[in-house]
Amino acid sequence: MIEQILNDLVLSPAWYYTAARGLTVIVILMSIAAYSVLLERKASAWIQGRVGPNRTNHPLIAWIPFFGNVLTRGGFIQPAADGLKFLFKEDALPGHVRKTFYVLAPCIALAPVLISLVMLPFGELPSGQIITLCPGADIGVLFIFAISSLGVYGIALAGWAANSKYPFLGAIRGSAQLISYELAMGLSVLTVFLATATPEQNNALSLVSMVKAQTGAWNILYHPVAALIFLICVFAEANRHPFDMPESETDLVGGFHTEYGAFKFGLFFVAEYSHMIIGSSLFILMFLGGWHVLPWLPNVGTGIVATLIGLGSFFFKLAAFLFFFVWVRWTVPRFRYDQVMRIGWRVLLPVAVVNLLVYFIWYALKG
Amino acid sequence: MAIKIVERRPLSFAEKTYLPQIIAGLKVTWDNLVKPPVTLQYPDERPVIPNGYRGVPTLVRDPHGREKCVSCQLCEFVCPPKAIRITPGEILETEDNNHVEKAPKEFDIDMLRCIYCGLCQEVCPEEAIWLQGQYSMTGKTREEMVNNKEKLYELGGTLPDSHYKWDKKKAEAERQQHGNH
Repeated sequence: MIEQILNDLVLSPAWYYTAARGLTVIVILMSIAAYSVLLERKASAWIQGRVGPNRTNHPLIAWIPFFGNVLTRGGFIQPAADGLKFLFKEDALPGHVRKTFYVLAPCIALAPVLISLVMLPFGELPSGQIITLCPGADIGVLFIFAISSLGVYGIALAGWAANSKYPFLGAIRGSAQLISYELAMGLSVLTVFLATATPEQNNALSLVSMVKAQTGAWNILYHPVAALIFLICVFAEANRHPFDMPESETDLVGGFHTEYGAFKFGLFFVAEYSHMIIGSSLFILMFLGGWHVLPWLPNVGTGIVATLIGLGSFFFKLAAFLFFFVWVRWTVPRFRYDQVMRIGWRVLLPVAVVNLLVYFIWYALKG
Repeated sequence: MAIKIVERRPLSFAEKTYLPQIIAGLKVTWDNLVKPPVTLQYPDERPVIPNGYRGVPTLVRDPHGREKCVSCQLCEFVCPPKAIRITPGEILETEDNNHVEKAPKEFDIDMLRCIYCGLCQEVCPEEAIWLQGQYSMTGKTREEMVNNKEKLYELGGTLPDSHYKWDKKKAEAERQQHGNH
């Protein structure tokens, strides 16, 4: 039996193939996260009339004429320097923390994001195969909702394990925020299911079929209210301004990660940015046509060219969305804690319910 | 005074949704984003120092090249952090302007103590000590941070003089001497 397991898991080439694909996607996600930190720093600098990181480079790279200079001025080597700094800093373990959970919390914050990644489709091969880690899964959205909300456990655990008042308050805010927007988020997506779930389409929950249903108009044109609610909820899900309750660095020092430093803090940081990436990908896949280039223009070119242009358009939308996150962060001040509760329970939830009912009735009448 | 009653109107529906305000705010930040940055790349680019800037205190000469300080030591006495230390000296008979009688033999300003208050410039009866445009004093040792007389004149240079007080005094003394004869 052990031989059987060994054959299936370790020695089978399929296993290595899967592992390689997983690693590729994780590396891509991590580098996008690293470069969205750079985007954050650069865009905030531009908005505030500053220059942003423009010095960091390695002499060997800076030596390349023109190109090296562009890399330096654009700060493109900065993420590597930041990462190395986190890696080589002393990983201090404060004396007053609950150690097991303190170490566990960053992992729990990051793991759900990486897990929910398996469901994301990125593009379509010429053969009709979907570029994703888990092809054929028909519960895409449900899985991502279920898993990515677990990220708040990392925050709650961090706040509790840090054994100090500000992280604790941050954790409480984080979990209270979660329950106030999660319902509205789910309800807003239901209208999109209704649109996708035609009688001949039996896996309406799959992100792929949602994208395929948007070859004509994108869902944002048919479901603007749902898109708006989902957008607001994505901001809350990723703990970004104006809903960065768990962090609230002006009133809670550093929020849930006050007591964290070095690489453990870096993990929280990456988790936040990965949340942004997952959230924006979901929005793009459900409302902005996924890898379709323009509304009513799903493909440009044929064969592998179409695939590449599709991938490019997906990542372009993703970059634009990440920029939007940053842009909003440096525009809108943080909502007060009670205002977030009020928006979640008394505005978003009723609006989402009414929106859903209207679409129910509309589709019922349409037949 | 006329009283103007400003109507406190309730928020409109659009305002309650926050959305028009957020969009207006996004436009404001976008306008700022496309503006060129205002940052001065400091060590590479230097700021333009305006006239009348009160930087490092220096000693100046008049346009004839005469050192204006007469080592009265008023600046040393007024200096709140006691940064100035003057050793007075005499001007030799053989020198051209020995009628001024005194000049500093040594003049040290400890820039680690100086607080750039400008009282030395204000108190100086000879307009000899000036806070000028030098804004960045650095050194690797404490000794380097003490400006001696030579350094002070090098930093100060020559400033225009509208009085030529000591030339007038000399002329007056010569005229009186002439009249006595």
